[in-house]
Amino acid sequence: MLEHGIDATRAVVTMDVALPGIIWGWMITLNMWAKSIGTGVILIGAYLLYRHKKEEMPNLRWLMPLISFIALNVFLLFTLVDLHQPLRMINIFLHPNWTSAITVGAWMASLFTLLVTIMMVIGAFDAFPEFRRHCALAKTAREHSAFYEKIFPFVVFLAIPVTLYTAIIMAESSARDLWQAPTEMMQMLLAAFMAGSAALIFISGEWSKEARKDLALVLAMAVFFSFTMYMGEYFFSFKSAEAEATLEYVHAGGEYNVQFWLAMILGFVIPFFLAVSSMKSENKTLLRFAAVLALVGLYLAKDVWLKIPQMLPLS
Amino acid sequence: MKLGFLVDLNLCMGCKGCEVACKVENEVPLSSWRLRVKYIDVGVFPDASRNFTPLRCNHCENAPCERICPVSALHYLENGIVNIDNERCIGCAGCMMACPYGAIYMDPETNTADKCTYCAHRIESGMMPACVVACPVEANIFGDVEDDTSHIARYIMEHQGGIQVRKPEKHTDPKHYYVGGGNQTLNPLAHERIEGYGLFNNITHLDHVGDPHHSILDRFLAPFAGHKKADNKSFMDFDQAKAEESHEQEGGH
Repeated sequence: MLEHGIDATRAVVTMDVALPGIIWGWMITLNMWAKSIGTGVILIGAYLLYRHKKEEMPNLRWLMPLISFIALNVFLLFTLVDLHQPLRMINIFLHPNWTSAITVGAWMASLFTLLVTIMMVIGAFDAFPEFRRHCALAKTAREHSAFYEKIFPFVVFLAIPVTLYTAIIMAESSARDLWQAPTEMMQMLLAAFMAGSAALIFISGEWSKEARKDLALVLAMAVFFSFTMYMGEYFFSFKSAEAEATLEYVHAGGEYNVQFWLAMILGFVIPFFLAVSSMKSENKTLLRFAAVLALVGLYLAKDVWLKIPQMLPLS
Repeated sequence: MKLGFLVDLNLCMGCKGCEVACKVENEVPLSSWRLRVKYIDVGVFPDASRNFTPLRCNHCENAPCERICPVSALHYLENGIVNIDNERCIGCAGCMMACPYGAIYMDPETNTADKCTYCAHRIESGMMPACVVACPVEANIFGDVEDDTSHIARYIMEHQGGIQVRKPEKHTDPKHYYVGGGNQTLNPLAHERIEGYGLFNNITHLDHVGDPHHSILDRFLAPFAGHKKADNKSFMDFDQAKAEESHEQEGGH
């Protein structure tokens, strides 16, 4: 509204204290990116196991939880080191506040990581039956091999809220109008599909053509829908004056404009065409290239979207 | 009982007495504030005026900081004050991301979140908040908004229609009111921060959150080894050229 704008008010701040800059920085970006991989491989892995016989993807049973385990530990590590009082992290378990998505997420992510760890141990010892044959842990894991399949449906179910809870944290960050729950939830889910399919592409060399084709399809669909949502937010975001003012940091040029469009082209547009063409040509190298670009672009896009709302003065 | 605050901006003359009193009473470290008075110049010469707006925690009835705090370090007191327990805070900065008023800071000495508590420790002893006592023109009015006979309740009733809160669209139900405020003073999007217009202080943005000399490793070791006490000088080592460059990249707001 004209009467509320700077042109009408001619109001200039002439004395104020220094304002905080970026509060949640690259560590939170990395945290979200790693979590997308950690939950995404489980979700996409479950989809592939539903669609195809496990013999078509012989290494999936042990590599899927291993990739998830590594990514989840990166996620947990950076969650911890981003805290200004990391040793007090225990307070989340001792004094939980259940209205906080941070608390609910920490509990769910911890349980999820525990279950993924069990799956990884069982999967790895089953995949290499000669490895540490007399070790007690290996013996127990092999004896309880069926436990993997029993907990897997629960792990898949749990992967969904673990993927989504960060979107609720962002929605609870009510100072940042750009982050709205429905959009962020969908973007988190699509990010998990993107990152999960991209990560699994690297281990799909020996899989059947159909399974690889499915991975390419999931990647193409995820980048397409995620790109469409980013474009919708970028060009047609009339939600509030604050959201529009936030997007000015990208619209007006500068480093975030370059980073945003680099992310869109590298991580979404090019991988879409590469994934679609690899489905036709069955070119593994092309698909791997699409996966690398998608992972790089996803990090860059998340970084821009995390930082720009924090640049708006709140008071 | 619901304690609230009202500032009559028609009376405020920008002396910053409240700001200084708050700093002293609560030992607020350098580079941080619980209460600040912002100067905003409105209009074009000769039709120009200078406005003063004291800003502090709004002690919202529906406080986003309390909702997002994972360990209930931020909590309500029975009198409506949104209080903070520094001993419990994990320093996740979720509250800083949630507060629409930018009223929470990361204390550089304790590396925990902190904010105005309406001087809860003074209230408990039957005293008024330090900023209320310090105000020479009684622009700060504090009391129980649910008691019809209290000064603040009567003031609100006398100025019906002229009472404003910041960002009502956020549905936080603030218990901090203004009389005599305008869009240009209460809405941060309606005024600009232009380089070179600042009085006394050209530093517009902090380049750190919490203790600037506290590395990630220090955060883990500090409870056992302690860390170097931050002194005044440590907050003055500011690369002005770098700050201006990064600020221009941020769009100059």
